[in-house]
Amino acid sequence: MTQRIPLERHRAPVSQLGQTVPRAENPEAIGAMVSVVIDGIETKVPFGSTILQAAESVGVRIPTLCNHPDLDMAGVCRICVVEVEGQRTLQAACAYPITTGITVNTHTRAVRVARRHVLDLLLSEHYGDCYTCVRNGNCELQALAEEYGVDEFRFGHPTAPVTETDESSYSVMRDMNKCIRCRRCVRTCIDLQEVGVYEAIDRSNGTRISTFLDKPLLDVVCINCGQCINRCPTGALYAKDETDAVWKAIDDPAKHVVIQTAPAPRSAMGEAFGLEPGTPVTFEMNTALRRIGFNHVFDTNFTADLTIIEEGTELILRLYKALVEKDASVALPQFTSCSPGWVKYLEHFYPEYIPNLSSAKSPQQMFGALIKTYYAEKLGLDPANIVSVALMPCSAKKFECNRPEMHDSGFKDVDYGLTTRELAKMFKEAGVDVPSLPKSDFDDPFGTATGSGVIFGATGGVMESALRTVIELVTGLKVEDLYEHADIIPVRGFEGVRYAEITVPQVGPVPEILAALVPNWEWLKGATLKVAVAHGTANAKKVMDNIKVGGKFSECHFIEFMACPGGCLGGGGQPIPTTAEIRAARARAIYAEDKAYSVRKSYENPAVVRTYEEFLTDGPCGHKSHKLLHTDYTARGKHIS
Amino acid sequence: MTCQRIDTQGNQLTFASIPPNVGLKAALAMSRADIIDTVRDSKLKGRGGAGFPTGLKWNFAAAEKGEPKYIICNADEGEPGTFKDRVILTDYPDLVLEGMTIGARAIGAAYGLIYLRGEYAYLRSHLNHVIQARRDAGLLGQNIGGVDGFNFDVIVAMGAGAYICGEETALIESLEGFRGEPRNRPPFPVVNGLMGRPSVVNNVETLAWATCIFAKGADWFAAIGTDASTGQKLFSVSGDCAKPGVYEFPWGITVAELLAQVDGADAKAVQIGGASGRCVPRSEFSRQLAFEDIPTGGSIMVIGPQRDMLAVARNFLEFFVHESCGQCTPCRLGNAKLLEGVDLLAQGACSDEYLEDLKSLGQTMQVASKCGLGQTSPVAFLSILEYFGDEALGRTPTVQTSEASR
Repeated sequence: MTQRIPLERHRAPVSQLGQTVPRAENPEAIGAMVSVVIDGIETKVPFGSTILQAAESVGVRIPTLCNHPDLDMAGVCRICVVEVEGQRTLQAACAYPITTGITVNTHTRAVRVARRHVLDLLLSEHYGDCYTCVRNGNCELQALAEEYGVDEFRFGHPTAPVTETDESSYSVMRDMNKCIRCRRCVRTCIDLQEVGVYEAIDRSNGTRISTFLDKPLLDVVCINCGQCINRCPTGALYAKDETDAVWKAIDDPAKHVVIQTAPAPRSAMGEAFGLEPGTPVTFEMNTALRRIGFNHVFDTNFTADLTIIEEGTELILRLYKALVEKDASVALPQFTSCSPGWVKYLEHFYPEYIPNLSSAKSPQQMFGALIKTYYAEKLGLDPANIVSVALMPCSAKKFECNRPEMHDSGFKDVDYGLTTRELAKMFKEAGVDVPSLPKSDFDDPFGTATGSGVIFGATGGVMESALRTVIELVTGLKVEDLYEHADIIPVRGFEGVRYAEITVPQVGPVPEILAALVPNWEWLKGATLKVAVAHGTANAKKVMDNIKVGGKFSECHFIEFMACPGGCLGGGGQPIPTTAEIRAARARAIYAEDKAYSVRKSYENPAVVRTYEEFLTDGPCGHKSHKLLHTDYTARGKHIS
Repeated sequence: MTCQRIDTQGNQLTFASIPPNVGLKAALAMSRADIIDTVRDSKLKGRGGAGFPTGLKWNFAAAEKGEPKYIICNADEGEPGTFKDRVILTDYPDLVLEGMTIGARAIGAAYGLIYLRGEYAYLRSHLNHVIQARRDAGLLGQNIGGVDGFNFDVIVAMGAGAYICGEETALIESLEGFRGEPRNRPPFPVVNGLMGRPSVVNNVETLAWATCIFAKGADWFAAIGTDASTGQKLFSVSGDCAKPGVYEFPWGITVAELLAQVDGADAKAVQIGGASGRCVPRSEFSRQLAFEDIPTGGSIMVIGPQRDMLAVARNFLEFFVHESCGQCTPCRLGNAKLLEGVDLLAQGACSDEYLEDLKSLGQTMQVASKCGLGQTSPVAFLSILEYFGDEALGRTPTVQTSEASR
């Protein structure tokens, strides 16, 4: 509350980060309480609180559109105007800092008329029918029109679209006819994610949100994270909908349709059915998926565990080469590669660091490759007739499964990536009320998962899983002996960048699974493993820039990066709205699920062990696993054709 | 020196009589607090149009502890019908720079910037010359005027032609390299301005008058004009009059007196304060030009009897539809709706009910827009409807479609 944010950082044109915080030079102001009267209710609020925050604290609702709790203030939509006594004009409650005692009235005639005018004006250029809108029933503009009793289009209503919807992207669709210019997407992309795909251009009633040179989203540096979708108040931004294609596959008796479900959607699906955030519906959803016609339901945690083995082995090999063989060409720190948004971010902004990226595919893509090979063989199915669907919290997964290199099974490894929102829609269309269904388990042969896979859904989860496995494989100790309940707390939490050091106290024998790769662990005895975790690309940028100048993070061995704030549970395919509280609730659900598993380390997962015995017979990072479970990347840079 | 000159109709401006650097010397002999007290005693108010007391503004900035501080000269003279700053920058740039230096001394600013209107690019080298000459003379740079530790320098920064960048916070955004869009206020620039530092933004004319105040004394200045509006004011007079140009009058002059001076006495209305100002009908020509009566940044547009007032309203609204920054909803979309409304009125196709909606919208824009642009853009429209309703309304319908009533 006391430090002004330095202006060197990126800033969306309207966002005014740090512009209302109290003056650090005024010590008596810091932490001081200021009296305020809101609609006759007297209260005291911390110096610098906005009128909006003060009103919330006394239960007075003020409508908002451009305001979003994750974003810097803007004060542009003017729906939140209130009267501050003594001021000639109305003030935006979201952007007015309380620094002296003021009296606020939130629903005078002038305020009500002004709010209605703002709505009338927004509707005068908001093209589209609520019936056909992806956000029908979950649209902030629609809700306010209802709340303020809009009964006519006083200043008109468009009868034809002005622009074409940009459907170029595999992930994010942009229908600018529904845009209300609140610039949440601009602030999300510039301030929150520091990617900077969107910008407001032109002016007056011609103002619109544009990409670089108005290029289609496919052709710019968009990383498909979908954070803009999660913060769009209307249906102007939405994820590509593939439910029709999935229904078609389900309805085709010749097709064998399987679905893998990632942990993060399971922690959030309940929200689409009115449950409190953080109410897991994992096993009810298994039943629901079978009811709507999926032949088999798998747990992505299986390949999350496989990722740990492959990625962990890769790390051990890199460390061995660097530390024992003194090979200076080894790229360290190794970066995780499970987040397709992060991968594309790196390809665009730090392509010179591609060698640091683990070559292991993401769990989604590993599963895809195994389903059309190992699973097809096992069940005697023609992989051509298998339709492989992935339920993901993510819009970037749609792009990922369409990457041309993701055909290692000889077919498209994953046919469709569905978001949590899309699957919720399918359930609703089928009349399936997920929370009320009986629970059922995942299908074999991949059924059994570990808690390690589950926590992939939260920031720090991949790191924690990797550490659990690596510590045990190397030391021969139980991780529970080092960390209570095997909870490696230092890598948990929501701090943007986290750093931890783990010293290897002793070494044990090399386990059989790795025997072909390293002769012994002596070289790791007493070594300090330095790891870091970053979530949200803005935090990733901090770490990358630190690495570039040879800072602390360049000495790390392994770094987990997630493109989305909070990790997968805050993904661009998750239910809307999203806030820090909602994400924290989802994280609690994920860690609770982890605790409930008896097997909590990836390498102990019996299905993983069986897969190496039966199919990936040359072991982790072996020839077959390289063909199916590893990939390569494209140095995209920022050049735009 | 530039050849693009504005006619001052032979008027001798006070600025011409001020000897160089007398004001600065007088100010540098004072304590910083005394400098601010002198400006406060003169009761100088901002000449850009808003009329904020300059002494108070300087005092706020002086009390701030953030470093470095900035003094910014707002030379983005963009208000339609205003061209007096151009005269000052052309003929009396030293007075402006002197004023900036005095202000810098008062608030403790280390840097000054002149935000020069894009269309005034031809003045840039002229100003840079003057700045360099002042540096050479020890009037800018280190230890100015022999005052130990008083370091201050000025650069010229170019605007790019957007009207909104005359609004002080949009100007600062523009200086920082962002889209010229107003910030939320509070906090005000004196607290949180350029690069988040305390910044004073003063109009060109304000700074020139500040210099005069130190050259001739606060009492001299305070004795001119009215109680609440002291001193002389430059007016940019244009339109249907025989002698357009830049004039200097004391505050408090009536509209009629001014019109007599410029040979525009048969005007049916005067638009005072530019596009964002108000349209004053003949019946109110006895009113005073002063902050307490009709405030203005100096733009006087004389509207002759032959003019169609609806066309006048249209002209201004067209300007605002072009110049709104597009940030806040009321201004971004409201101006366009008002313009459409004027067209409906011209076609005789605006229903009474819709006209009321438009007036109400105009009132909302005045109170709900984010900055002065949207808060003032409906004023001309509303005042023309108020004073020239007979002329503006009741046109013969020219469009028959039912759509036209909307």
